[in-house]
Amino acid sequence: MSALTDLSLADALTGLAAKDFSARELATAHVEAVAAASTLNAFVVETPERALADAEASDARRARGEALPLDGIPLAIKDLFCTKGIRTTAASRILGDFTPTYESTVTSQLWRDGAVMLGKLNLDEFAMGSSNETSAFGPVKNPWRRTGDTAVLVPGGSSGGSAAAVAARLCLGATGTDTGGSIRQPAAFTGIVGIKPTYGRCSRWGIVAFASSLDQAGPMTRTVTDAALMLRSMAGHDPKDSTSANRAVPDYTKALTGDVRGLKIGIPKEYRIEGVPAEIGRLWEQGIEWLKAAGAEIREISLPHTSQSLPTYYIVAPAEASSNLARYDGVRFGARQPGRTLPEMYEKTRGAGFGREVRRRILIGTYVLSAGYYDAYYLKAQKVRSLIARDFTEAYKEVDAILAPATPSAAFAAGEKSADPLAMYLNDVFTVTANLAGLPALAVPAGLNSQGLPLGLQVIGRAFDEETVLRIGHVIEKAAAFTARPDNWWRV
Amino acid sequence: MSVDRNTVARIARLARIEVPEGELEHIAGELNGILAWIEQLQAVDTTGVEPMTSAVASSLPLRADLVSDGGILDNLMANAPDPHDGFFTVPKVVE
Repeated sequence: MSALTDLSLADALTGLAAKDFSARELATAHVEAVAAASTLNAFVVETPERALADAEASDARRARGEALPLDGIPLAIKDLFCTKGIRTTAASRILGDFTPTYESTVTSQLWRDGAVMLGKLNLDEFAMGSSNETSAFGPVKNPWRRTGDTAVLVPGGSSGGSAAAVAARLCLGATGTDTGGSIRQPAAFTGIVGIKPTYGRCSRWGIVAFASSLDQAGPMTRTVTDAALMLRSMAGHDPKDSTSANRAVPDYTKALTGDVRGLKIGIPKEYRIEGVPAEIGRLWEQGIEWLKAAGAEIREISLPHTSQSLPTYYIVAPAEASSNLARYDGVRFGARQPGRTLPEMYEKTRGAGFGREVRRRILIGTYVLSAGYYDAYYLKAQKVRSLIARDFTEAYKEVDAILAPATPSAAFAAGEKSADPLAMYLNDVFTVTANLAGLPALAVPAGLNSQGLPLGLQVIGRAFDEETVLRIGHVIEKAAAFTARPDNWWRV
Repeated sequence: MSVDRNTVARIARLARIEVPEGELEHIAGELNGILAWIEQLQAVDTTGVEPMTSAVASSLPLRADLVSDGGILDNLMANAPDPHDGFFTVPKVVE
């Protein structure tokens, strides 16, 4: 039998049901893999005792014939989700040893459904970054390297620890969050699947807030089926989040019919961006051919305000962040710095606690919201955001979903873009539109580039139509037959 | 619109973040780069366009105005940096 850590989440459920192995054996294999992969720096907290206890409880449930939907599945959690009794930091110094006395809704639903907790995953500080280089715990290494080259590459961000852990077979799935591409970009950089659901699909309660009108949690897995399984447990209405959608959660696996005949797929002409490497364009063409061959109808569409998406995002997101992060003042929780006066204590606490990228975004956000600039920047951006959302509404009169690249490049080297904020921001050029419009979007691995690195395609759907997005992603996954995996160079 | 070191110092004060003197110039440069790039939005015609304030059109739900939680003082204080007798503390603000 192949290693238990190589199984997909779906196959692990089958194996557990058939008693081929126990949840304890599955958990032990993953706990060992995590312990042997510290080089990657994907985990910021490991919880092996909790994992084994969860697994034993799971085995007991299964023995009683009471197995739950994700019973015995080892998962890891982005350290942006509050976990009761387990340190939660958002990869920031300012939270210190903050240990929540409550559990986020999304993670509580995973545990409700029997999942096993392996630990907390590294990320860009407060989920602000595209390379995992802004973490207070140091950068995460991408398990993938260029062919014949040992240079360290970034795993993308902000869910870089999640992506690295799933790609390196340290867990069967991980939670991520996506504000401008933070699930899809790292998924593409590491050859895995990630879906940002429709805004409102998953509760934001108990997730450290970055930009509240854009943030959304989603699963990161090695297959589309696994993402469908995990999303079903994560999604659902939560009265504690007033923006959470009161809609029934479907069995997403039922959408994976393999049949996309007659579906109309839009190809946005504005996504052919100058300066993007030819291999990205070729992958996109390949995706179009796969869907055509599967019977889908391809149509060119126009999303005229695409080029305004990134500037809009970099007003809206910092503005919301500057407001959300005002709560980190050293009074009720977190790492306090002493000061003689109250303002001095605030300023020293926040000056020492926030890293450079977070500070930069709070300052931008404060500026665009400040008296005299609010109308010119923030209000203007909100109006352009309406136009961006309207572009999609118009497009969906013609098509059922949209196919686009996930990222403008493959994974880049550590340090390559960290000195230039604007170059880093451009990573989100294909992903940020779905956040601004609140739409579901999936990244699925579709091939390797000339240097042996994974590249992803993106499917964007109508609001609350994750099913069509997953169905199309599943067809691309089958056509791409992506079986490549990184060499196990990190294992000690 | 362009920011100088005084503007950076002012917004840092508004944001209650201590920024070392020596970094003001560098941050001003970075912010100007970002603001110049954002400036392209001014070219978009937004006449008659409503600002988008919510990602998905929905009305805010109302709940019954009832106490649903409480009696969790220990939980609330569990992460306080310097608690005293069930109170949060701050530097003296009244002379």
